[in-house]
Amino acid sequence: MSLSPALPLAWTWTLDGWIVLTGVLAAVAAALLGNFLVLRRMSMLGDAISHAVLPGLAAAFFLTGERSSWPMFVGAVVVGLLTALFTEWVHRYGEVDEGAALGVVFTSLFAVGLVMIVQAADRVDLDPGCVLYGAIEMTPLDTLQVAGFEVPRVVVVLSVVLLINVLYVSLLFKELRIAAFDPGLATTSGFPSWAMHYSLMTLVAVTAVASFEAVGNILVVAMLVTPAAAARLLTDRLSVMVLFSAVIAAASAVLGHAGAITIPGWFGYRSTTTAGMMAVAVGGLFTLALLFAPQQGLLPKAYRRVLLSLRILGEDVLGVLYRVGEQAAAPAMTFDELHERLLCRRGSLWAVIMVLQRRGLLQRFNGTSRLTDLGVAVARDLVRSHRLWEHYLVDQAGFSPDQIHTKAERLEHVTNRAMRDQLDQATSVASTDPHGQAIPEETPEEP
Amino acid sequence: MIEASTLTEVLLLRDYNTRVVVLGATLLGLGAGVVGSFTLMRKRALIGDALSHATLPGIALAFLFATALGYDGKSLPLLLTGAAISGAIGVGAISLIRRTTNLKEDAALGIILSVFFGAGVALLGIVQQAPGGHAAGLESFIYGKTAAMLVRDAQLIAIAAAACVAVSLALFKELSLLCFDAAFAASRGYRTALLDGVLMAMVVVITIIGLQAVGLVLMIALLVIPPAAARFWTDDLRRMTRVAAGLGAASCYLGALLSAIYPRLPSGAMIVLTAATAFLVSSLFGVQRGVAIRAFRRRRFLRRIELEHLLRSVYEVVEAHADETAPVERLQSLRSWSPAALRRVIRRAEQGELIRRDSGDTVRLTTRGAIRAEWLTRQHRLWELYLITHADVAPSRVDRGADDIEHVLEPETVAQLERLLDDRDRATPPASPHVIVTEVGR
Repeated sequence: MSLSPALPLAWTWTLDGWIVLTGVLAAVAAALLGNFLVLRRMSMLGDAISHAVLPGLAAAFFLTGERSSWPMFVGAVVVGLLTALFTEWVHRYGEVDEGAALGVVFTSLFAVGLVMIVQAADRVDLDPGCVLYGAIEMTPLDTLQVAGFEVPRVVVVLSVVLLINVLYVSLLFKELRIAAFDPGLATTSGFPSWAMHYSLMTLVAVTAVASFEAVGNILVVAMLVTPAAAARLLTDRLSVMVLFSAVIAAASAVLGHAGAITIPGWFGYRSTTTAGMMAVAVGGLFTLALLFAPQQGLLPKAYRRVLLSLRILGEDVLGVLYRVGEQAAAPAMTFDELHERLLCRRGSLWAVIMVLQRRGLLQRFNGTSRLTDLGVAVARDLVRSHRLWEHYLVDQAGFSPDQIHTKAERLEHVTNRAMRDQLDQATSVASTDPHGQAIPEETPEEP
Repeated sequence: MIEASTLTEVLLLRDYNTRVVVLGATLLGLGAGVVGSFTLMRKRALIGDALSHATLPGIALAFLFATALGYDGKSLPLLLTGAAISGAIGVGAISLIRRTTNLKEDAALGIILSVFFGAGVALLGIVQQAPGGHAAGLESFIYGKTAAMLVRDAQLIAIAAAACVAVSLALFKELSLLCFDAAFAASRGYRTALLDGVLMAMVVVITIIGLQAVGLVLMIALLVIPPAAARFWTDDLRRMTRVAAGLGAASCYLGALLSAIYPRLPSGAMIVLTAATAFLVSSLFGVQRGVAIRAFRRRRFLRRIELEHLLRSVYEVVEAHADETAPVERLQSLRSWSPAALRRVIRRAEQGELIRRDSGDTVRLTTRGAIRAEWLTRQHRLWELYLITHADVAPSRVDRGADDIEHVLEPETVAQLERLLDDRDRATPPASPHVIVTEVGR
């Protein structure tokens, strides 16, 4: 699909630049804290806070009688903190599962807020949507004068929030790390883990509420969890994870806005919601991490599994040919004979034989395969491992001879020379295995 | 004030609208209570939350496709199908993330919830421009409001709730095994993946039917709060499911009635608040795990321990001084209890006829008290001997450990100790392996 010429990429820096900057600021601020929420299994907190702030907004309105930003901000942050606190109480004193405790608390708070708002409905139009579903597209319209420049108000607010979060995470990194992985250790090493917990909760509430108004709650909930989760798939080091999550969050903010402008054009529509597309973008990046992350990713994992099974099959081919060579004068087997012995897929067997041939371990002649000298040497070590294990299992571990073959079949693939030497010692240099077959000598090492 | 006639009209469900809303909500509360019990025990209470949010892109896509093909985009079956498909994909993705990565359940829920909902919002932005789409309000159309429930909605709820209850009854043993020990269930040859699928399918059905009738937050609340409240009343899953269904239905019934009586109270919020009140009451007074009963049990246990310490102290003083009576001041010096606490526990022991108080501030054991004190001292010393002979603990350090464990030793353990220590003499306790200081002022 190509870009429709009728709907060109309408990107103007004065407008889209500010929108993207707002998105990046909100996304990175949330993602930094999100790392610790994900590690402490509190990822759903953002979602809970986004529902639960309603009574805070309503209470602020009742107390001040006006719809100004500051009291509502404070009210929402306080209730956001209360959500965390109540959840903790229900979890600890009621012995309720954490997820369920969160569900009980935020739905109840939301209901309280709804009742309060309905009571106020005939006095003022208090739309929770105006706070919860802030529109990022409107950010360039509401500006402030900062050092002579005209800067959107939201950009100023979010810059401050981001700065606080960066300072918090970088200055208290060690404490946050210990508190995330081992709260008990944190307490014994002299700083209270509850203080870390509630300072984190406070910042999450502040970040969430500041961003709700600017960019909407979807983006906050998405950015609190998803970049950190994607980064978690990519690394096991917390410092690297924090950096990755920030990069992923910023990238998805940029991609999201670009997508919101361009993608609907492909289908003949105008642009769509930027915040929604930013959530989609971070979801896309997470999917990429899920598929391709070097250690955790689904495709690398599947690739490693296939590689391992092919390596084992290759070693089995060598072993079979070696054992045939022990008995027959002409130690060669046709493809069908090998297939019958190994009961594997024909395609896999073909691939393995090709690889073995290329490595010079196996020769093919008139449709039959036979070991080269190098192949014999490698196969001898394998068969030696197998028979040493069998002997060891019977001799030292007390298995009966009919139980040992499958075990040895598995162990032979993970046995190196040093282990073979030890087995040899442990079985007092045996010369035959329990089935009466000779244990081959170790191949001399290359000079 | 409320007119009496309004009250009777509402309470007797004379008004057609009220009847529909109250009955529909009550049935939904019942069905969600049953399904929620299983998800709570499976530690997936918030799956309904993620699922509800994950329906949005399906709804928007269903609308877009239907209008593009020339059908009515707002036909309910169509939108429900879209919601169910995208919800099921969301649930499947959650389970994929949980199974294949080291991310935990909560992260998987958060990712799917936010990304799917974001996609839905983005799609709604397009829906609003759709040709012929007086599409504004699609979101509120599908995420309905309780008070606006229609007969059609109530009928759907009745069918969904009945289906969920029927499946739960038919597969109760399998599902409860899955909830308590999935690994064991798998080892017994149950197909846990299939059972999980059945459970998730029930969640999808009840959530999607409920969503369009009562809205998102109420649906989440009905899946979480009544089962969590029921958990305080019983440890038995079958009974818990029944209590949760009852609580869910009752909360919906009461909440909807309250809202019908007081029109300024929104019905969805009132149902949640009724359920939340039930949760609060249950958490305090639930007879199995409530805060009050646990505090009471703890207090009773601590009192028993105090009493048993007193009895053993009296026994030890009597034993050391070869005297029938034990002076209170000697008891006082034996343990670190305050004089007031000692007087309190002596009074309780007197009431229980375990000791008798003589003039001159001495106490003696009654026959009942002597039997129990002997038995306790014996357990204490058996454990001390065990620690010395089998665990290589120094004799001077065994007293504390035995002090804690003497109250909770099972008869089987005592029998084993007897065998180990070759102690056949059941009548009297062995001699204490360490010095007991019973003199005052040392």
